[in-house]
Amino acid sequence: MQLIQLLIDGIASGCIYGLVALGFVLIYKATETINFAQGDILMLGAFVAYSLIGILGMDYLTGFALTVLIIAVFGFFLDAVVVRQIIGQPAFATVMLTIGLGFIFRGFASIYWGTDIFSFSTPFSGKITEFNGLIISYVNLSIIVGTAVLMFALYFFFTFSKIGVAMRASSENQLAAYYMGIPVKFIFSLIWSISAGVAAVAGVLLAPITLVDTSISLIGLKAFAAAVLGGFGSIPGAIVGGIIIGIVEQLCGTYENYLFEGVREISAYLVLILTLIIYPRGLFSDKAEVKKV
Amino acid sequence: MRFIFKTKYSQDINIAKHNGDRFWYSLLILIMVVLPLVLDDFYLGEISYICILSIAGIGLMILSGYTGLASLGHAAFLGVGAYTHAFLLTNGIPFYASIPVVIIVSFLVGAAIGIPILRLTGMYLAIATLALGFIAEHVFIKWEHFTGGNRGLPVPQPEFLGMSFYDSVFFYYVCLVFLIAAMFAAINILRSPTGRAFVAIRDSEIAAQSLGVNLGLYKALSFAISGAFTGLAGALLAHYIGYLAPDIFNIFLSLTLLLLIVVGGMGSLHGTVFGAIFVGFLPQLIAICRDYLPSSIGSQPGLEPMLFGLILVFFILYEPLGIYGRWMKIKLFFELFPTYKRQTFKKQKVFTKSDRV
Repeated sequence: MQLIQLLIDGIASGCIYGLVALGFVLIYKATETINFAQGDILMLGAFVAYSLIGILGMDYLTGFALTVLIIAVFGFFLDAVVVRQIIGQPAFATVMLTIGLGFIFRGFASIYWGTDIFSFSTPFSGKITEFNGLIISYVNLSIIVGTAVLMFALYFFFTFSKIGVAMRASSENQLAAYYMGIPVKFIFSLIWSISAGVAAVAGVLLAPITLVDTSISLIGLKAFAAAVLGGFGSIPGAIVGGIIIGIVEQLCGTYENYLFEGVREISAYLVLILTLIIYPRGLFSDKAEVKKV
Repeated sequence: MRFIFKTKYSQDINIAKHNGDRFWYSLLILIMVVLPLVLDDFYLGEISYICILSIAGIGLMILSGYTGLASLGHAAFLGVGAYTHAFLLTNGIPFYASIPVVIIVSFLVGAAIGIPILRLTGMYLAIATLALGFIAEHVFIKWEHFTGGNRGLPVPQPEFLGMSFYDSVFFYYVCLVFLIAAMFAAINILRSPTGRAFVAIRDSEIAAQSLGVNLGLYKALSFAISGAFTGLAGALLAHYIGYLAPDIFNIFLSLTLLLLIVVGGMGSLHGTVFGAIFVGFLPQLIAICRDYLPSSIGSQPGLEPMLFGLILVFFILYEPLGIYGRWMKIKLFFELFPTYKRQTFKKQKVFTKSDRV
């Protein structure tokens, strides 16, 4: 019973990792760049939600939707104005650029909102439900349900909508997509905006657990482990990878005495390194995406 | 415009290409040697710190600038060097014996890290080194027997050649000598077949492989050499700081090293020194900025990361060759005056290169 309890907690925190990893994967699949600022966008999402819900006193759902919209628009212009300029330069340049952007966002957040820890009330805070002796908090439930809903929405978007198919086409082959009349640049910016929006969703869902401050951007680093484990190119892989990381973290935290001290904090990174060494393709990759030497 | 008239093959392998180089670099070394007569202790300390940063920068430059492998966890090597040095000194090993051991240990650590992850390229490598940096920081905290954990580890300041490391003039000379030695070592490594292989790997792995470069071996070697330089810098840093705590060697230090090589100019050893000067004086620069900004913004703690990020983004977008690249442009302007063409350095239009197979 304790194990199932742990699994549920692990799945809930894993969903957050999965959502952030999903952001990495969307951008990577399309543009072959990695957005190291994903965690910082999540942080911005949480802060914007705090401003709208906590300070302006908006209704939770309205504030949620508006936050996602604001961050998505922000993501669109981030690509259109800044990131697009370095297309074609070595991967190193993108890595440095997005790290720099992450620092700017974090600095901006701590100047504009301050370095205190904030919270805002949600309909889920403090409520729990009991089921066969399992204690499930509404917050965890909201995370799991939110992730599932978002996954289905994205699935239908990418499978049935015209823009979704255009996105898949341009990530499959840019040049061919151009020839078919797809506005590839616009599509790429749109993918950045979706990815930022997903990060904002993760930020708002996470806010009741970790509260809102600048340090939550570190989640982005753990989400790398989820993305790599899932194969870094597969959308279901990102979520499954995230859930595995979440569960591993919970288990390491509980059984710390049997392993070594402090294993919980680095378990995600250990999984990441082991995946890269043993099976760098990841669990869900359909083709070999990693060049072998 | 200077035309070098070559009469001997040995001229091709000279470090200094012509007498002008020889004159200016000798003058620079002479100025550095007499500097303690002019400057007071505070500035000597700053310049010693810049020398240490330059040595660490040389290490990262060999890995990232010349071999094209990104490392986001290089502070780990600084940590390995610093802790090994402090541990050896505490156990009574003299300074001159400790430094070679530190270099060998960090070389081996570099090789040990390089071998398992050299299958990775590009951003996978960046992510892996980032994770390794975190794990290393954690090891520094938890391995208390060796590092003292969160309590920290005082660094003994032994006598060396009858002088004490507390003497800032002496410490300045030690750092300067190590910087010059490291520079010579790096220049010679980079113009040897090993260094040529590094550059070949950076420019095209497939082409390098077809020319007979063993990618695995040379990537691991690059990691190891880079680790050795950075470890040496770590040992000197231990003396500079005086008291080691694990949170010194965090991700921010790794990123500062990256900022150093990006600002200095990727792929040039001059760039490491320019970058080190920039990074060394960055705190002062920020302090000056604070004075000029309105106090509501100037007193914020978030200003530092924000400026850090802005500088990084600015250089990546507008001056990818860094300060050294700018210096080359200025030099060429005067050499070619009045026929300098802006187009010489114009960014070429490039298309996305795909890593996918």
